[in-house]
Amino acid sequence: MARAVTTQRKALNTAIAWAIGLLIFFPILWTILTSFKTEAQAIADPPVFLFFDWTLENYAVVQERSNYMRFLWNSVFIAGGSTILGIIIAVPAAWSMAFVPSKRTKDILLWMLSTKMLPAVGVLYPIYLIFIKLGILDSRLGLTVVLMLINLPIIVWMLYTYFKEIPGEILEAARMDGASLRNEILYVLTPMAIPGIASTLLLNFILAWNEAFWTLNLTAAQAAPLTAFIASYSSPEGLFFAKLSAASTMAIAPILILGWFSQKQLVRGLTFGAVK
Amino acid sequence: MATQHSRSAARLMMAPAVILLLGWMLVPLIMTLWFSFRKYLPLRGGDQGWVGLENYARFISSSSFWPAVQTTLIIVGGVLIITVAFGIVLALLLDQPMWGQGVVRILVIAPFFVMPTVSALVWKNMFMDPVNGILAHLWKFFGAEPVQWLSQESLQSIVMIVSWQWLPFATLILLTAVQSLDSEQLEAAEMDGAPFLKRFWFIILPHLSRAITIVILIQTIFLLSIFAEIFVTTGGAFGTRTLTYLIFQRVLESQNVGLGSAGGVYAIILANIVALFLMRIVGKNLDT
Repeated sequence: MARAVTTQRKALNTAIAWAIGLLIFFPILWTILTSFKTEAQAIADPPVFLFFDWTLENYAVVQERSNYMRFLWNSVFIAGGSTILGIIIAVPAAWSMAFVPSKRTKDILLWMLSTKMLPAVGVLYPIYLIFIKLGILDSRLGLTVVLMLINLPIIVWMLYTYFKEIPGEILEAARMDGASLRNEILYVLTPMAIPGIASTLLLNFILAWNEAFWTLNLTAAQAAPLTAFIASYSSPEGLFFAKLSAASTMAIAPILILGWFSQKQLVRGLTFGAVK
Repeated sequence: MATQHSRSAARLMMAPAVILLLGWMLVPLIMTLWFSFRKYLPLRGGDQGWVGLENYARFISSSSFWPAVQTTLIIVGGVLIITVAFGIVLALLLDQPMWGQGVVRILVIAPFFVMPTVSALVWKNMFMDPVNGILAHLWKFFGAEPVQWLSQESLQSIVMIVSWQWLPFATLILLTAVQSLDSEQLEAAEMDGAPFLKRFWFIILPHLSRAITIVILIQTIFLLSIFAEIFVTTGGAFGTRTLTYLIFQRVLESQNVGLGSAGGVYAIILANIVALFLMRIVGKNLDT
């Protein structure tokens, strides 16, 4: 008897949760579906849901017209480059803060976090000016460095919280056995730290991929990543819903897939260990 | 435990990150401060010298300042209310036993991974377009007049788009907090006959208060500087010019760097007030 009630309740929960989940997901689903329609079907009244002539034409047109691959490559380069660069700089820093803490470690961590709070628009012109003076406006390199810097505090923080979970006794044991600092890092810590580093990599790649202030303001034709490519669709000519959908789907698909793997890290990475 | 040797090594290892962030923070900050005290029009005469606090006074007394503050407050406040309220409901719902929990969770979280320019454009065209958008079809289906979303109801539309993007974040963090709730306490209350609302008010909500505070603080910092959503939907027209957007226009569109920089200093101060509260909570958590 009791079991029947719980099953009933479970069914009710399931129905409500799925309805809400699908409603929230609907804009993404609709974008993906529309990308396979013809322009006429995309604006059909009443809207067609699944029963239309599926076509890949839009994807071909988007690539042909706007050289989509170049924007994609810029996104991969900038997001990937800034993340890897950030990890290389952050691993030693996070390592030393986690394993050789001093009185100032906490202050340094909090200060790093505070640089993340600086509103980008407040320093827009100085960065713009520096970029012009250095000749790196609209260059992939310049943007890579800026995105590395804005995500560096998050990278350090995430790595720090992961490193903190590695038991100190293991390090002591290694030291007792006469392992040098270099060997300690290379052979003892690194293998244990790899899952944490991978999670950090994943989340920061996503954040850098989706960043849409500096990528819009510091690029033009050359270094523009997908965020800027999509923004160029904001003043359309003629029928374009299906093409917009195809371009959007291509821009978000890789990240949606990566995002599935990074749900847990999202909480850790964006709350700085304040919610567990 | 740590030797002198490892201490100096540690300092050396921290140096690159610290120096880079210090430079990233100080150099542009000092430049912004410097520009804010000067009459600086790069396209119309360049740097025309020291003007004291004139930019600060002009930025505040300009006719677009208070509307921008109001717009900012409405967007930040509206999105916070929507995301926190629905976030709590969703977190409690997702915590219940059900079939396909993992899949539902992914469906709910997905909008967070959509880049801001995509979500803004998809909403603007495929949903809010007054002729061909889904919402227009829906309104017509029920015999109502389609709404000109982004021109007549511009602020509500932006709040809606941004809330859709940030609801997953609030939900995910609140869900993490709900899952750490002591279920025995809840069961005891249930057995004592406490109705759901009482259990929610006296047990669940107090338990979530910390997570809610953190969601509010972190979102406020990010929401104060939303940009792409306005850039691609209205371009700041129809009363959607936020403080961030106003400063952007002053600096890059009308190239009045002195005035824009003064605005930037205001934005930095505002963000720091919020950040101070957040840092205090995060700092407390570091000790434990």
